[in-house]
Amino acid sequence: MPVENATYEIVRREDFSDVTYLLEVRVPLLARAAQPGQFVIVMSHPEGERIPLTIADFDREAGTITLVVQAVGKTTMEMQRDVKAGSHLYAVVGPMGEPSHLGAKKVVCVGGGLGVAPVYPQARAFKEAGAYVIGVIGFRNKELVFWEDKFRAVCDEFIICSDDGSVGIKGVVTKGIERAVAQHADIDRVIAIGPPIMMKACADLTRPLGITTIVSLNPIMIDGTGMCGGCRVKVGGRTKFACVDGPEFDAHQVDFNDLMSRLRRFRADEQVALESWQRACAAHSATAAD
Amino acid sequence: MAKKRTIRTIPQERTPMAERAPSDRVRGFMEVACGYTPDEAVRESERCLFCPDQPCVRGCPVGIDIPGFIERIGEKDFHGAYDVLTDTTLLPAICGRVCPQETQCEGICAVGDTLAPVAIGRLERWVGDMAISEGWTTSALIEPSGLRVAIVGSGPAGMACAADIAKAGCAVTVFEAFQQPGGVLRYGIPDFRLPNDVVDAEIAKLARLGIVFRCNTLVGRLFTVEQLLGEMGFDAVFIGTGAGTPIFPGIPGESLSGVVSANELLTRANLMRARDFPAYDTPVGIGKRVAVVGAGNTAMDAMRTSLRLGAASVLCVYRRSKIEAPARAEELHHAEQEGIEFHWLTEPVEILDDGQGSVCGLRVRRMELGEPDASGRARPVAVAGSEHEIECDTVVFAIGTNANPILGQTSALDLDARGYIKVDEDLATSMDGVFAGGDIVTGAATVIEAMGAGRKAAASMKRYLGLTGGDVPYDSEPTEAMLFGFASHQRTYARVLVA
Repeated sequence: MPVENATYEIVRREDFSDVTYLLEVRVPLLARAAQPGQFVIVMSHPEGERIPLTIADFDREAGTITLVVQAVGKTTMEMQRDVKAGSHLYAVVGPMGEPSHLGAKKVVCVGGGLGVAPVYPQARAFKEAGAYVIGVIGFRNKELVFWEDKFRAVCDEFIICSDDGSVGIKGVVTKGIERAVAQHADIDRVIAIGPPIMMKACADLTRPLGITTIVSLNPIMIDGTGMCGGCRVKVGGRTKFACVDGPEFDAHQVDFNDLMSRLRRFRADEQVALESWQRACAAHSATAAD
Repeated sequence: MAKKRTIRTIPQERTPMAERAPSDRVRGFMEVACGYTPDEAVRESERCLFCPDQPCVRGCPVGIDIPGFIERIGEKDFHGAYDVLTDTTLLPAICGRVCPQETQCEGICAVGDTLAPVAIGRLERWVGDMAISEGWTTSALIEPSGLRVAIVGSGPAGMACAADIAKAGCAVTVFEAFQQPGGVLRYGIPDFRLPNDVVDAEIAKLARLGIVFRCNTLVGRLFTVEQLLGEMGFDAVFIGTGAGTPIFPGIPGESLSGVVSANELLTRANLMRARDFPAYDTPVGIGKRVAVVGAGNTAMDAMRTSLRLGAASVLCVYRRSKIEAPARAEELHHAEQEGIEFHWLTEPVEILDDGQGSVCGLRVRRMELGEPDASGRARPVAVAGSEHEIECDTVVFAIGTNANPILGQTSALDLDARGYIKVDEDLATSMDGVFAGGDIVTGAATVIEAMGAGRKAAASMKRYLGLTGGDVPYDSEPTEAMLFGFASHQRTYARVLVA
């Protein structure tokens, strides 16, 4: 094929836990263009899926972007096994989506699960824009905590929540938001990124308080360029496409039940893919052991 | 030319093209139509009357010299036939397969007044395929102009524009957002209608003209159109970004699991190779009984793809009748042969939930045709009390697309009220040096119309750049305009032979 593509070299990998890992990828043009709130689509190999990942950080000088991945299915587990410093991804395309709209004075940046890393560039951008930034980050337990230093460096206040209470407040991130709003009457924006159920809980908490709340949606996508319609979400009763209209939307308008239902579309196939891959891995290691 | 032919002396029957049997072909993605043998091609070429009026040329959106290439086939000068074709189209193997010939060249062929028209599309395809298998290329003499042109989108509009502007001596870079070039020819049109090998071969031909393809590049977001012309140093830009977001009709149940756009289904099956899941990682999640809403070419592709992905039955739901169906006649015919169940004059009103968030059926109503609407087609009117349910577990919408918003979001280009890029009669946009064509200007259209727009834009671009070379029929009087302080004759040329 007469194609001259960029190469997508992994310059650094860091493992935060047995399921969460960081990849720093050399993509100079993309690093130069990336804005907080945007995402990329990655293919690890030519037979792979296109998976959307929010840009967790970018370094315009070094020409790199940072992705934080959770190994939850076949593709992300295979990447966890195979993608190392010095290796190359098959495709990285982006930045995609509309950048975040800054312009609030006192902001709570909420991250949980998959959303911890993506909320970081937002916190930094708000700080650089002169806002007062309160970080609220949730982990299951103390062992899973990462980037605490990075967050503290850009947050005026930083609240950790953990499911088991082993660090910070015991409970989910909404406890952290409750503490922040109890202490500050003038919060004018909440940014919440994480699993749909967490973002829904944040929206439900802030709706009666009348605080503008923005969520970053990560539905199933193929092209990410406004062609396939797979990422459609219901916002304010209307069909929106997360890849080109989003990925950020007004949380109080998002139909989260619809989002969660659509995220389960391929659950049976995802299980087939995972099991078939695990069988192949097992067969391979059995052969290797012979 | 051979002795004078008349409608009585030519072979009366149109030469049939071998096809795989429906029962055999629905199990795989092999091409349905097998193409002519050389003898069949020569025989069919003998059906052309070489009438002085040449209506077929007028019927072709790019004005191919149809009698010219058919005459060479008759003389068994197959390479000559290819040269005639490639004076006008660089992609005969593709156009021969996907053009709606029955409404273009073949639709007004003089032979068709009395007999079945000359099978122009099949002959074009045959020449294109021969060129690929024999490794023929156009031997264009290209004079480098020192100018650089960026093409946004590697589909048919972009490919056609790239070819013409490269032949005029420009260094051309084609940017594509997907991981492989080809646009709709790659992600949309399935292999059984247009094999990927053919797309690869045609792209390789473009590469031999010196055209560079860069994939994984989302123009607008990675860099803007303004940056292409500014810091990136391109002298002109063509935008052919293609179809936008799929239209959903706005009926209850659209977000249920099992409801997809045809674009999504086809992209998963074709580009992402979901048909080979789990060897390829992308699933498609097709059900056992698939309802496709719409009756255009995309709808036919979605139906026939669903069958090949293992659906036990596939039905077409269309609110008008078969006569109004916009699909190419051959696609409709193939779909019927393959056992698609057609529900004409039927409109969906609700997608039914199985209680678990998945599709279990479609509530529809019968329609009648009333007075013509704005499109000139009879307006369908609902029949009172005709609502009924159709059982299905997958619903595919193939009812058109809206404009893609990305370039509007990221550049100063003027858009029309519906979000498509505004152009003048030369396909020039509101931004100096930027031209646009294809679906991003007109809304959903055909491959050949997009190619026609790409070629027309290339002609305008050449005038804009002050280039006089190349061989494009749209060219008006050449200009000697000053460009970057140089008159075009002052620029230094090096002649290179691109074999």
